[in-house]
Amino acid sequence: MAYTPHTPADREQMLAAVGVASVDDLFADIPAGVRASRFAVPPPLSEQEVRAELSRLAGRNRIANVSFLGAGAYRHLVPSVVGEVIGRSEFSTAYTPYQPEVSQGTLQSIYEFQSLICELTGMEVATASHYDGATATAEAALMACRLTRRHRVAVSSAVNPQVRRVLATYCSGPGIEIVEVPADLAEGGSGLTPVEAAARVLDGGFACLIAQHPNFFGGIEPMRDLADASHAVGAQFVAVVEPTSLALLAAPGTYGADIVAAEGQSLGIPLSFGGPYVGLMAARMESVRQMPGRLVGATRDAQGRRGYVLTLQAREQHIRREKAASNICTNQALCALAATAYLTSVGPAGLFEVADMSITQARHVAAALEAAGLGERRFSGPYFAEVALRVPDAVRRHAALAAAGIVAGLPLEHEYPELGDTLLLAATELTTDADIATLVAALEGTK
Amino acid sequence: MSADLVPDASGRGAAFTSPGGGEVLSVVEPLIFASSRAGRRAVRFPVPSAQARMAAAGQPPLPPEARRADRPRLPEVSELDMLRHFNRLSHLNFAIDLGFYPLGSCTMKYNPKVNEWAARLPGLAESHPLDPAVLAQGSLELEWLLGELLKEISGFSAVSLQPAAGAHGELTGLLMARAYHRSRGEGEQRTRVLVPDSSHGTNPATATMVGYTAVTIPSNERGGIDLAALRAALGPDTAALMITNPSTLGIFEDQIDLVIAAVQEAGAIAYMDGANLNAILGRFRPGEAGFDVMHFNLHKTFSTPHGGGGPGAGPVGVSERLAPFLPGPQPMLVSGDPDEVRANAWAGRGTPGATFALESGGARPESIGQVRAFTGNFGMFVRAYTYIRSNGGDGLRQVSDDAVLAANYLRVRLSDAYDLPYDRICKHEVVFSGRRQKRANGVSTLDIAKAILDHGVHPPTIYFPLIVEEALMIEPTETETLETLDRFVDIMHRVASQAATDPDALRRAPETTPVGRLDEAAAARRPDLRFVADPVAGEAG
Repeated sequence: MAYTPHTPADREQMLAAVGVASVDDLFADIPAGVRASRFAVPPPLSEQEVRAELSRLAGRNRIANVSFLGAGAYRHLVPSVVGEVIGRSEFSTAYTPYQPEVSQGTLQSIYEFQSLICELTGMEVATASHYDGATATAEAALMACRLTRRHRVAVSSAVNPQVRRVLATYCSGPGIEIVEVPADLAEGGSGLTPVEAAARVLDGGFACLIAQHPNFFGGIEPMRDLADASHAVGAQFVAVVEPTSLALLAAPGTYGADIVAAEGQSLGIPLSFGGPYVGLMAARMESVRQMPGRLVGATRDAQGRRGYVLTLQAREQHIRREKAASNICTNQALCALAATAYLTSVGPAGLFEVADMSITQARHVAAALEAAGLGERRFSGPYFAEVALRVPDAVRRHAALAAAGIVAGLPLEHEYPELGDTLLLAATELTTDADIATLVAALEGTK
Repeated sequence: MSADLVPDASGRGAAFTSPGGGEVLSVVEPLIFASSRAGRRAVRFPVPSAQARMAAAGQPPLPPEARRADRPRLPEVSELDMLRHFNRLSHLNFAIDLGFYPLGSCTMKYNPKVNEWAARLPGLAESHPLDPAVLAQGSLELEWLLGELLKEISGFSAVSLQPAAGAHGELTGLLMARAYHRSRGEGEQRTRVLVPDSSHGTNPATATMVGYTAVTIPSNERGGIDLAALRAALGPDTAALMITNPSTLGIFEDQIDLVIAAVQEAGAIAYMDGANLNAILGRFRPGEAGFDVMHFNLHKTFSTPHGGGGPGAGPVGVSERLAPFLPGPQPMLVSGDPDEVRANAWAGRGTPGATFALESGGARPESIGQVRAFTGNFGMFVRAYTYIRSNGGDGLRQVSDDAVLAANYLRVRLSDAYDLPYDRICKHEVVFSGRRQKRANGVSTLDIAKAILDHGVHPPTIYFPLIVEEALMIEPTETETLETLDRFVDIMHRVASQAATDPDALRRAPETTPVGRLDEAAAARRPDLRFVADPVAGEAG
């Protein structure tokens, strides 16, 4: 297939206008010694051939019939109307809105996105988006360092390991030290971040404490106490949250979060093997000039019409170059639009239903496995929609079920060697009673 | 609902009373919050069964202090009103699918629809990033095959798909450069990153994020990097040179071999910003030419949609000496001969016997780690793979040939009306200057850009690169017909002559867009970054 429209006559006409004999002449400035010696890219395919190839690859995946896998990416219903909105090519084939007069659709939708994220999180300002929740968290830590002029970061070991790895990579840039606050993962422990452990780590050298809520194990953290412990030493409190949980859980702005970072994939974005997703970041207005990433603000034109523009750009790389708050440029605008369309189409009642179903089915699956004698809760603390269960011989049984198209969550021993024989099971509104019965029966079969 | 947002009967053209100033502004499309009515619903979800509720009751409840006191005040709208709102917003956008979009440095080419079809295949879209490898063979194979194609296209020996955008690829590249220097005991001494004065702002910003100092190298009078200045700046304290090639002036560095040699001789890393790869497919392979690292912009060269500012994807290719430092986890071919697997896949025979897995954590102790969660913006990989396979090698070569031909055509056709600071053969884009119009008529490049909007075409990139006064950076891409290019030439000529005959009209432009020029200074002075719902409205109880 070719997407170049030129006929041989068109090309001749252009070559003549340019005054060269052949297109090769336009590449004469490439030094002879470094011209491409090969370009063995396979031959072109017609649309039906390329469809066959992509269908083959899609067919090599086996989408689980029943899955309790979460751990940072969640199976949720993507409402049809959300797909319709982001499928509009007036949105998808536009560039970053640098010419606001012809980008009001994108700009207003980002303003609405910022408004919705502020409303969910109880914060005063939200950015236009980040690559994902992990990079949003890492950028939040760097922002806290700029705000406090401190160079150490404390992070709970109950923060998603993927997020902590990305945090480590980002902090290695400017040489920021990361200190881990150990969560209580002991036998029969809470599975939460003890405020005493945080207080032991924190001192006046720390820019922030990062805690996830619900944490990686689904645990309900003592966020207000952790915020207080951070503030006691003048550190920022960075809350990493799951947006659908905010239908039921207190808004971070109400328990003292200074910066909120989140993975927004749950808000109408398909799993798509890990991306594209959308990172959310929100903060207090007093910190806005140290925030990384784009912001959209409302203003007016000469005739008094309300309109929207990219604003406070003096923080950004295209203006400030080496003095910018971050190097971020392209972000995840279309995914932010999906989140906007999602939150608008489900509304407060729908988001409540999603959270209620998720939390209830997570309890249902834990109770069902406990009742069948197949597993027991690894931690004693309260949890949200994800639960760690001790299941004897977990890795082998997880693999046996996977071969049958059932994903019994995530075995935790790869990420947490101390949590052997433990499965992390997630539920969402898509988790049915029948799924839970299937899981119980399948685990019975691997005893 | 909030009293300050009142849609008219059609839902459009509403009045807006500013809560602060009390002034009345007209609104092109009301905020979605204006349509909200307590209790109105769109998408509904199942509720838990009695059995589920009963089972859950025995588990630890949510502590009362963790609960939210009130429901978030999200809009409560019907599905139809919601859809109309976003459809109307979409009408306020300009987009590639509506018209010519010659935005320099952005490669606004046609985004083929079969790519979208592929990305939405349930077998790919519903693949969980932590699915056991036995269930995710298709996703892993696609990532591996795309990596193989990018290696062949670029001449690099290894690739990571993980970075989410170009700037993210830059961060990845410089972190690898630093890890490399550290591995040789030179981490402390090498602290400077050289960037030409024509570079993208992301380059120096990335250097800062890695803790390096950015040093600007001037361009020479021909628009290339000043080789003498580069050689003078290179030294034992140089960590890397970051260079865009072709440059942001649209010019191929005709001494690139000497540039690379000088950087290597100084023991530094040669980084190529791959933003302009669309100009050189099949003609120049940066890895083969001696670069150590380059980021690809799949959303430029390989036609994944820009999405109004993302998502993109910024994979990096590296030379052998940087491969140990690549971020992970990498998709791996774990059984099967790579040559055979490639040959089978390219021939459409499938890949019998080949199995894939993600490398395990800690497999490469020198890796810089993870730069984002999971393996990258997979949905973009699907689109880019589809695009590369559709075009094939011959098609990709044609892409660059036609992109470069179109830019040179515009260069020649417009050089009578606008100043051309670097009058030589260009690659995929050409940079003019509006200084003639500025001096003779007092018309700025901003005025020219706004006037172009009234002709139904998106303006070029303006005021970049910074080294060109009143810059107008035009990138036509390979997917526009000659008729479209000619129409654009006419528009640019008309604007240039209007600058002389009626400059005030240009300063008033645009007049046909949904809004006119917006007061950006006011937006920054009194930031209004969100709508605050009426505290009583929106409560669903």
